[in-house]
Parts: sequence; structure tokens; C-alpha cells
Amino acid sequence: MASKQVLSPLPGVFYRKPAPDQPVYKEKGDTVAVGDVVGLVEVMKSFHEVKADSAGTISKFLVENEDAIMAGQPLLELDG
Amino acid sequence: MAIQRLLIANRGEIAVRIIRAARELGLHSIQVHSQADRDSLAVRLADEAIDIGPPQAAKSYLKIEAILDAAQRTRADAVHPGYGFLAENADFADAVEAAGLAFVGPTGATIRLLGDKVSAREAAAKAGLKTVPGSQGRIEPGEAAGALAEEIGFPLLIKAAAGGGGRGIRIAHDLAEFERFVPQASAEARAAFGDGGLYIEKLIARARHIEVQVLGDGERVVHCFERECSLQRRRQKVWEEAPAATLSDTTRQSLCESAVALAKSVNYRGAGTLEFLYDEATGKSYFLEMNTRIQVEHPVTEMITGIDLVREMIRIADGEPLRLRQEDIRVRGHAIECRINAEDPLNGFAPDPGQVEALNMPGGPGVRFDTLLYPGYAIPPFYDSLLGKLIVHDQDRASALSRLRRALREFRIEGVKTTAPLHRALAEDAAVRAGEVHTSFLEQWLEREAPRLAQYGEVDHP
Repeated sequence: MASKQVLSPLPGVFYRKPAPDQPVYKEKGDTVAVGDVVGLVEVMKSFHEVKADSAGTISKFLVENEDAIMAGQPLLELDG
Repeated sequence: MAIQRLLIANRGEIAVRIIRAARELGLHSIQVHSQADRDSLAVRLADEAIDIGPPQAAKSYLKIEAILDAAQRTRADAVHPGYGFLAENADFADAVEAAGLAFVGPTGATIRLLGDKVSAREAAAKAGLKTVPGSQGRIEPGEAAGALAEEIGFPLLIKAAAGGGGRGIRIAHDLAEFERFVPQASAEARAAFGDGGLYIEKLIARARHIEVQVLGDGERVVHCFERECSLQRRRQKVWEEAPAATLSDTTRQSLCESAVALAKSVNYRGAGTLEFLYDEATGKSYFLEMNTRIQVEHPVTEMITGIDLVREMIRIADGEPLRLRQEDIRVRGHAIECRINAEDPLNGFAPDPGQVEALNMPGGPGVRFDTLLYPGYAIPPFYDSLLGKLIVHDQDRASALSRLRRALREFRIEGVKTTAPLHRALAEDAAVRAGEVHTSFLEQWLEREAPRLAQYGEVDHP
């Protein structure tokens, strides 16, 4: 099975949840469709949704919640 | 001076501003920085710099223990909080003083009193200031709140008692909306500020935002006149002026005196700003809130009064009595400030952190540019988008506007998109030039004019 990565379109801080007191968008093992929101990036105090650009099953998150990330950095891996 | 080593608990252009004041006073400046700010202009300019943690503000600039630890390790004897971050955190002010350091600002108790919107409104009423018609304090959800809302009249604003910076505000146009929004606003306020308390206020349409600068030493208070900041987008100020051209001398005097009365009634120490809504239709001013710190737009006041506010606030923190007498403070000419943000006004103001490739800073007579920029600087994505403030001063408003247009032509930056094109367009706009603006002016203007902004892009031949 081919493995694909979802890249961050922006630099900033990555969040796996829409708000601190809410559940994560996606867990490891979840299937995602194209356009599904997998996280948020905070850049200069504004928040932007990160959407999957291909479908598959999440095999691994490559960054942690609240990690500082660069534009183009891989966030997670998809199988399928 | 008793203070010798000043720690700057902030970043960006205000950190640069504070380092300059410290150096002019002969103080040793110590700049704290996150790991994303190692190459910042403030770090380059300060006498000493110290790493306080990861890029995320919550893990560095907002972390009280990290800053106190840095202060201890660098043997600082005073802390300047700047604006934003911990500047209005009463626990931080208390902790700095408990550690035996001077806090450049008011006491924790004053910050606490004025930081809560409800107790601030009560203090204002006691000092004889009018506040916008609204609840006498927190509202209790239920029928009584609905009856009170009908008595105040719609449209009205539902605000978080612990809110600030325009966050947690909703507009209700009728009772049905009011009853729907109250529980939502309360839940949001609890999530954002840890306090679900709400209060309500009448919405004043077409109001101007006018604010008065004060300086106090704990006993005596003077004012340094007012600023107008009516040009706002999403409740963030974009363009500020001093003085407010619309006020008559009588109105100006009574507004400034009422600001002094409130600051005196709380024995205010430091630099502070009292914000008012000015209803031009009736000539009435309503107190909104008091900010217990230096503000972004302080330079326009410095330009028209010749007073260095940052230097004065450090002297006050040193225990020196106020050296200014009210009768010595005079207005000379007119000043305008434009906030240059790393946002693309042609693309919905999307943030645009990036690397500065070419940079031409404006200069010449009556021009000041307070900035964090230098050629080659990589702007980190972790903090707010303010890159700098272009401030012009001239003998009157019309000449200040021409000077502003000239300075905006000189400003040129490559590698990063900024709000400079917006300011070029505003400086040419007939209503802005006539001073006919109010707090919703800019958002309405943007709906009409945004597509035309492209023609105000970077100028090829300044």
C-alpha cells in the first residue's frame, strides 16, 4: 500500500482539536476523505483548517498537538 | 536612578521602543526571547538577551515563572511588560513586586480593579464619568435580564466581563436574539477567559473612538490629551491620530479632566489610557474601559506633546514624582499613525509571515517608523502581525496627511505582503481626508473599495 503525507500549507502552531476542551478531529486509525479537516494551524493569531488532499487511513501523526511547524512540513501519514 | 537593569518582558516593535528609552536613561537592557526570536531586532539591540523557551507564547512570553527566572538569572531590578502578553496580568505585576523588582506599570490591585469591566464601570461612575447605558454590573440570565435589555433598548452589545480586545462581543437586535445569544456568549466567555460573567450595553451607532492618555505617580495625575482611533477592522485599530480633530476645545477639556478624575480616584501609577465612545450626534462621551499599560498608538501623543511616555513610565516606576505639570503640557500640530501589518489586504487580510528581501524605510522631516524589521529578517509566524508603525507629525492635519502620503510612497518592502496599500488608499480617500469617520467606517469602506486596493500596491519609483 502506498503511503501519502498531509503537508501543512502554512507555518505556525499545529492543533489536533478545534478548541482545547473539544475532542481531536482525527485519531490514528481513522479513515479520512479528501477535504476532511485533520487539524488547525495558528499563524499570526489567526486559525486555518488543514484539509486532507487525499483519502486513506491515518497510520501515524508526525507532529504533536501544539507543535511549532514550518510551511510544507508533513503532519501525518495516510495508508491506502 | 535606583533602577539599573531593565528586563523587557515583550517582543517586537515595542521591545525595540523600550530598549531605546532604557538606553537614553542610562539603563542596561535585558531582552527575553523565545527560540523563534533569537534573531529579532530587539535581541540585536539590547545589551543582553536571555532565552525563555519555545516559540509558542504560552510556553515563553506568557509564562510568568520563566520570566521571573530570567529576571533573577540576569540580576534585573525592574520589568517592563510592554503591551499584550502579561502587561495587564495582575498576578504577574504582583509576582514581579514580590520578587523585589520594580514593575513598570500600576500595582496588581489597580490592574485587577480596572481589568474587570464591571468594577471599572463602577469606579468610573463613582468618579463622575458617564458610561454607555447598560447593566449595573453582571447580568443574571433569566427574565430579569430580558426586561433590562428591553429597558436599555436594542440593538445592544453582550460583552464578557473578563473580555478584552473586542473578543467575546455579540450584537442582539431584538429580545429573541438576546435570549438566544446570552447562554452562547456565557459559555464562550467561560471557555475563553475562565469566567462566564456577562454585561450588556446599548450600541451607539456611528460613534467615534476617542481615548485620553494619562500619566500618574500614585498621587498626582496629568493628561497628555487625546487620540482618535475610529478606523478599525474587526475591532482592531488600524490608523490613529492625535489630537481628535472633531472635538471642540470645551469638549476636549471636559473629557481630559474626567479621565484625570478617574485615574486620580484609583491613585493611578504609570501610563494609562481611558477609552471613550464619542457620539457626535449628541456630543456625549461614554467611558468604555481603562488600559493599564502603554498602548500601541502612544507615539502620536509623543509627537504632539513632545513627551517621551516610555521614559516617563520608567522614571515613575523608579519612584520619581511626576516631573510634568498639567499647564506645561501643550498640543503642537497633528500626528497620524498607520499600523503596517504582515497581512495581505488584497486577499482578505491573510497573514503573510515571510522573509524580508528588500526594505526601504520612510524618513525625512516629521517621520518616525517604529518597527521590528530589518533587511533579511525572517518574520516568525507565532505572534501578532504588527511589523511597524509609520508615524508622521506636521503643523496641522492637512499637512500631516500630505506628509503621510509622501512617507507611504517611500516605504517599500519585498518578500512580505503588508497593509501599506490599504493605508495609501485611505490617505487618498475623501471621507478620511475630511475626517468624517466612525468605528464601523472602515469595514463598510472595505466592502466597497477592497477590489480597488490593487492599484495602491508597491510603488516602483518612490
